[in-house]
Amino acid sequence: MGLLSDPNRRKALTSLLTRLNTPICVVCYLAGIAWFMGLAFEPFTLRTYMSENAMGSTMVEERFPAGERALATAREFAAHKRKVGGMPVEWLVKTMQARGLEVFTQSFTRTLPFPDENKERYMVRGTNIYGILRAPRAPRTEALVLSAPCSPDNSNNQAVGLLLGLAQYFRSKMFYVEFDCTSLSGFFSHHSGMDYTPLQGRAGSIQAALSLELSSDVITSLDLVLEGLNGQLPNLDLANLFHAFCQKIGVLCTIQGKLQRGDWDTAEGYTHAVQTMMLMVLKQASGRPWGDHGLFLRYHIEAASVRGINSFRQYKTDATTIGRLLEGMFRKLNNLLERLHQSYFFYLMPSLTHFVSIGYYMPAFGLLATILLLRALDLWVQLGTPAQVTEDGAVLFIFSYYKSFLSPSVLVPSFKPSMVISHLTGVALYTLPVLSQETAVEHFPVSETEAVVLTAIAIYTAGLALPHNTHRFISGEGTEQGWRVLKLVALLYLAVLLGCTALINFSLGFILAITLVPAAACVTPHMPKALTALAMVLLSPGCTLLYCVFIFQELQEAPVTLPEGWMLFLSVISQGILDHSLYGSLVYPLLALLIYPCWLLLWNILFWK
Amino acid sequence: MAAVGVFALAALVLSCKCDSVEKPSDATGAGTGSEAERSGPAAASAGSEAPGGGAGAAVSLPDSCEEELLIRPLHSGDIYASFQFRTLWDTDFLHQGKKVSHYRLFPKSLGQVLSKFSVRELHISFTQGYWRTMQWGQPIVPSPPGAELWVWFHNTVADVDGNWKELTNVLSGIFCASLNFIDSTNTVQPSASFKPLGLGNATDHRFLRYATLPREIVCTENLTPWKKLLPCGSKAGLAVLMKSEKLFHSSFHSQAVHIRPVCKDWQCSSTAWELRQTLNVVFDLYTSGQGKKEWSLFKMFSRTLTEACPLASSSKVYVDVTDNPEGELFDLSPATSVLNTAVVLGDRRTYSVYDLTQKETFGQLRSLNLVLRWKGESGDMLRPLLHAERYVAGFGLQTGEIHTLIYNNHPYRAFPVLLLDSVPWYLRLYIHTLTVTSKTRENKPSYIHYQPSKDRLRPHLLEMLVQLPPHSVTEVTVQFERALLKWTEYTPDPNHGFYVGSSVISALVPSVVAMDTNNTQERPLFSSFFPTKEESSYFVRVYTEPLLVNLPTPDFSMPYNVICLTCTVVAVGYGSFYNLLTRTFQVEEPSQPLAKRLANVIRRIRGVPLL
Repeated sequence: MGLLSDPNRRKALTSLLTRLNTPICVVCYLAGIAWFMGLAFEPFTLRTYMSENAMGSTMVEERFPAGERALATAREFAAHKRKVGGMPVEWLVKTMQARGLEVFTQSFTRTLPFPDENKERYMVRGTNIYGILRAPRAPRTEALVLSAPCSPDNSNNQAVGLLLGLAQYFRSKMFYVEFDCTSLSGFFSHHSGMDYTPLQGRAGSIQAALSLELSSDVITSLDLVLEGLNGQLPNLDLANLFHAFCQKIGVLCTIQGKLQRGDWDTAEGYTHAVQTMMLMVLKQASGRPWGDHGLFLRYHIEAASVRGINSFRQYKTDATTIGRLLEGMFRKLNNLLERLHQSYFFYLMPSLTHFVSIGYYMPAFGLLATILLLRALDLWVQLGTPAQVTEDGAVLFIFSYYKSFLSPSVLVPSFKPSMVISHLTGVALYTLPVLSQETAVEHFPVSETEAVVLTAIAIYTAGLALPHNTHRFISGEGTEQGWRVLKLVALLYLAVLLGCTALINFSLGFILAITLVPAAACVTPHMPKALTALAMVLLSPGCTLLYCVFIFQELQEAPVTLPEGWMLFLSVISQGILDHSLYGSLVYPLLALLIYPCWLLLWNILFWK
Repeated sequence: MAAVGVFALAALVLSCKCDSVEKPSDATGAGTGSEAERSGPAAASAGSEAPGGGAGAAVSLPDSCEEELLIRPLHSGDIYASFQFRTLWDTDFLHQGKKVSHYRLFPKSLGQVLSKFSVRELHISFTQGYWRTMQWGQPIVPSPPGAELWVWFHNTVADVDGNWKELTNVLSGIFCASLNFIDSTNTVQPSASFKPLGLGNATDHRFLRYATLPREIVCTENLTPWKKLLPCGSKAGLAVLMKSEKLFHSSFHSQAVHIRPVCKDWQCSSTAWELRQTLNVVFDLYTSGQGKKEWSLFKMFSRTLTEACPLASSSKVYVDVTDNPEGELFDLSPATSVLNTAVVLGDRRTYSVYDLTQKETFGQLRSLNLVLRWKGESGDMLRPLLHAERYVAGFGLQTGEIHTLIYNNHPYRAFPVLLLDSVPWYLRLYIHTLTVTSKTRENKPSYIHYQPSKDRLRPHLLEMLVQLPPHSVTEVTVQFERALLKWTEYTPDPNHGFYVGSSVISALVPSVVAMDTNNTQERPLFSSFFPTKEESSYFVRVYTEPLLVNLPTPDFSMPYNVICLTCTVVAVGYGSFYNLLTRTFQVEEPSQPLAKRLANVIRRIRGVPLL
C-alpha cells in the first residue's frame, strides 16, 4: 500500500519503469517467445489422462466382425456413384433402410458471394442423408452422430461402407446407441441464409459426433483432427478416448499427421514436438473447420474427425480393426451420463500423449501483452509529467493524469479523425471486395475470385497512403503530445484486441501479437522513415498471413517456391472470405474491421508531421 | 375353500355377460359348457362343505375382472403386445361418505387411497422409451416417456393441493417410484386437455392435477408392485407372461393404472369403480431373432399360456390379423376360426380370438404357444393421421426456441387439436414470441390458456386449440431464456441437461373408416351414406418427445476459485483504494542530516539561533 500512497516510492517505481522500459520490454518479448517454444518440451507439459469417469474404467469389448462386408458395400457405393454420375441418394436411402435405420434426407443450397476456385463451385448444394438408429427404451433425448462426408469424386467411399457396416452391426446388438449415419458435404441445419428443406426425423440433442474419412481399403495410421470453426476445440477427453483405443487395438495414431516420437531429450525429438504444436497453432489460428466435425463444435457438440492415412509403411490395418476402434469409441461415448465436460476445452497438443493447458500457454501471451501495457504506462507518465509539478497529493496526482488526458484540447482532435478514418478503411476492406467484384471483372481481365482477392489487396495497400490525408483533419497537428496520445490509445486498443482474441482463439492472438507487438512498441515519428516503414509493412497483418502460409507449407513438409506461395496466399484470402460468408468464420472480419485499422493507427504515428 | 367359491362366481358372471361379448354363439355355448363342466365338481364340493355360502357371495359381491392380451404385428416387423386387466368394484363410497373395509378383487391399497383422498379419477403411467408413431401407428393406450399422473379429485375436497401432495407421496410408496418429486413446480391444472374419462360431468379444473416426471426410469421395481394389484397376481392367467427380464428387453415398455367411476349396468342406475391396468410392450424381433422375422409367445415371454386366471370372467388373447386376410403375409398357428371385427382408433381391425377359458384352446399339449411366421415383406403402413414431434433449436446457453411440429396427414379433413405444454420455470418462455404457422401462414389459435410461471413455485402452462388444415404441418414456436439456477438447485449431473416434459396433443381425429366411403364389402349400402357418429371420429392423445435442455452450468470447482479471487481482489484492490481515499496526506518535513542535527543541539545549548 505504501507503494501507491507514498509519492516518493511511487515516483521511484515509475521512474524505474520508464528508465528501464526498453530493456524490460525486450526481456518480456524474448521471454514470451521462449516460453512458447518451451511448451513443446515434454518435461514441461502434462500427460493426457481420461478425466471422465464414465469413459475411464468401464472397458468395452469390441466385436465388430464385418470389415470385408463393409468394403464390399463401399465398392458397391462407388459403382453406383459412377453410374449415377453424382451422389446415389436413392441407393443410399434404400441401403440404409435395409439395415433397419429410419432414413431421412435433407437437401440444401447456398449461393456463394463469388465462385470458389479451389472447389470449382459457385453454389454449395447437396443432400444430407441421415439414418436414425433408435435405441430401445430411450426417450429420444440424446444422440450420437457418426458421419462421413461424401463428394462426387472417388474419395471417402470406404468410410461410407464402414459406416453402413457399423450401422448394421449396431442395429443387431442392443446397445443403447442412438446415432445418425450422416453422409453429407456439410452439416448445415439452422445456418442463417441457407436454403434447406426441413428435417423430417429427429433424434435428440447430440452428445458427441465423429466424422470418418477413409479413402483406402487398408490404412497405416489414423489421424485425429480437432480444430474446428474459429479455433474451437472439442473436449480433450475425446482426443484421450481416441488415443486410448488406438493403444488398446494397436493402431498407429497421429495428430497433425505426425507420429509420436519417444526421444524428447534429443534435438530432433524436440523439433518434432515443436513442429506438431506449430501446425496445431497455425491450423487453429486459421479459424476454419479442418474437417466435417468443425461445424458441430459451435453448437457445443464435442466432435472430431478421424482420417485414415495410407502411406508406405509395412504394417497395415484393415477395415475390421477400424470398425472395432469406432465401435469401441461409440460404446464408451454411449456410457456417458453427462456431456463431455470434465477435461479441458482450451489446450494445445505437441503430441497425442501430452497437452498444454490454458494455464500453461497463457503466460506466453501475457508476456507479450505486458509490453504493450508497459509502453502505454511509459507514455502515460510522459504525458502526465507537466501536471505532476503542481500537485503532490496522491489522489490529486492520479486525477491530474486524468485531467491532462481527458482535456479535450489534447485528446479529441488528435486521435479521433485517425481512428475514424482507419476504421472506415477497415470497413471498406471488409465490404468492397465482394461488392465491387462485378465492376472489377468488367474493367480488368480477371475472374471473380481474383477480382475479390486483388481488390482486397489493393484496398489494403491503399490504406498505407492514409497518413498523408488524415493530417488535414487534425488541428493539433505536429505536437509531440498529439502522437503520444494517439500512440497511447493505439497501444491500449491493440492490447484489448489481442487480449480478447487470445481468450477466444489463443493461436490467432499469439501469432498476431508476435508481429504486431514489436511494431506497436517501437514506432515513433522520429525514426528513419524509409527503413521503419519497410519494417512496419513487414510486420503488418497481411504479411503475417503470408509468412504463416510459408511456415505452414514448410511444416507440412511440402515447401513451396515464392510464386507458388503467392498463389497460395491469394487462395487463402479468398478461402477466408468464403469461410466467413459460408460458415461465419470470424477471422476475416476480425482482421479487416479491427486489427488492420489498429495497425493503420500505428502507421499514422510513423508519418506524424 | 375361497378358490372354490370363486370358480362358481366366474361361471356365473361369464354366463350373464355372454351377450355383451362379441363372438359366435357356438363358441359361447362351448365356453359356458366347459366352464360348467370344470366348476361343476368344485361347486358340488363347496355346496357340501358350506351350504349357501357360494351363492350368498355371488349375490352380495358382484365384483368382476377380465383379462386380455392383444398382439399386433407391426409394419416395422416389431411385435406390439398390450395387456389389459379390468377389475370392477361395485361400491359407491363417495356419495354416502361411508368407509368401505371389505375388499375382494379390488386391491385394498388403491381402494384406501381412493377413499382417503376423495379421488374421483386417477391415471398413472410409467413408460420407458418413446412410442414411435411413424413406425408403429397409434398406441392403444398412449403415455409419455417417464411417469405421468393425473387425478380428478371429488368436488367436496377443500384442500386439493394438500391432498395432491399426500397422494403423490402415497403412490410413490405403492409403485416404488419417485412420484414424491412431484411438487408445485411441475404440477399444472390443465383447463381443457384432460377431461374425466369416467362418469360425472366435472368441468372445474380446480379439482384436476396433472404432473409428469420425464426423467423417471421404469424398471422391475415398478413392475412388481403393479403385478401385485392384479387379482391373480402373477401366479395364473395372462400375468404369468410378465417376466421382467423379457419385458424390459424390448423397445418400448409402458405400464399404467387407470381408475374411474363407471356405470354398473346399461341403465346407469348405480356406479362402480373400474380399475384398468394396462401393460404395453414392443418387442424388437430383429435384434433377438438374428434377423429372422418370426415370433412366438415363448420367444417373447419365455413362457406359454396354460390357463386363464380363475378369478377372471373373461380371459382372451387377440391377434391382429387385419393385414393378413388371406394369410399371404404371415402364418399364425394354432389357427382359430374365431374372428372378431372391431373399430379401434378409427380403423376397422380383424382379430383372431383365443379364449383361454376354453379347454380346446390349449390343445393336446395343454399349453398355448402362439407362433407367427412372416412370409413376405409387410407393405407400407398408412401414415398416422396425427403425429407430432418437438425439438429445441438454437445454440448457446442464453436463449433457445422450442419447436413443436404437428402433422395432419388427413388428405382433406381439417380438425382441431388441443396442445398442452408444461414447461419448467427455469426456461423462461417469451410468450410474445409464440407463433403458430401452418403452410407458411399464420394460424391463429381459437383458444389460448396461458399461465405464466413463478420462479421456484410453478411451471408455465400453455394450452391452445389449434385448427390443423388438411395435409399440413403446423409449427408452434416459442422462444425462451435459460435461467441461472442457484448452485444448490442443480441436479447431481447438471451437464446431462434438464428435462422438459412431453407436450400433450389431444384431438378428435376423423376416422380412417369414415374416409373410406367406397367400402361396401362388409356393410349394407344403406349404412354408409352418412358417416355414423361413433365411427366418424375418434379420440387420440399424442405425446411428443421430452426435451433435454442444457442450462448454463457453473464449473462446480469454481466456488474455490471465486473465493480465492474475491479475497485477493478485496484485499489488494479495495484495501488500497480505501486506504488512498481515507488517508489524509500531509507534506512531510524533510529530515535533517545527522551533522546538522548535532550542530543544532550544540547551538540550542549555546543559546544561538538554530540553523
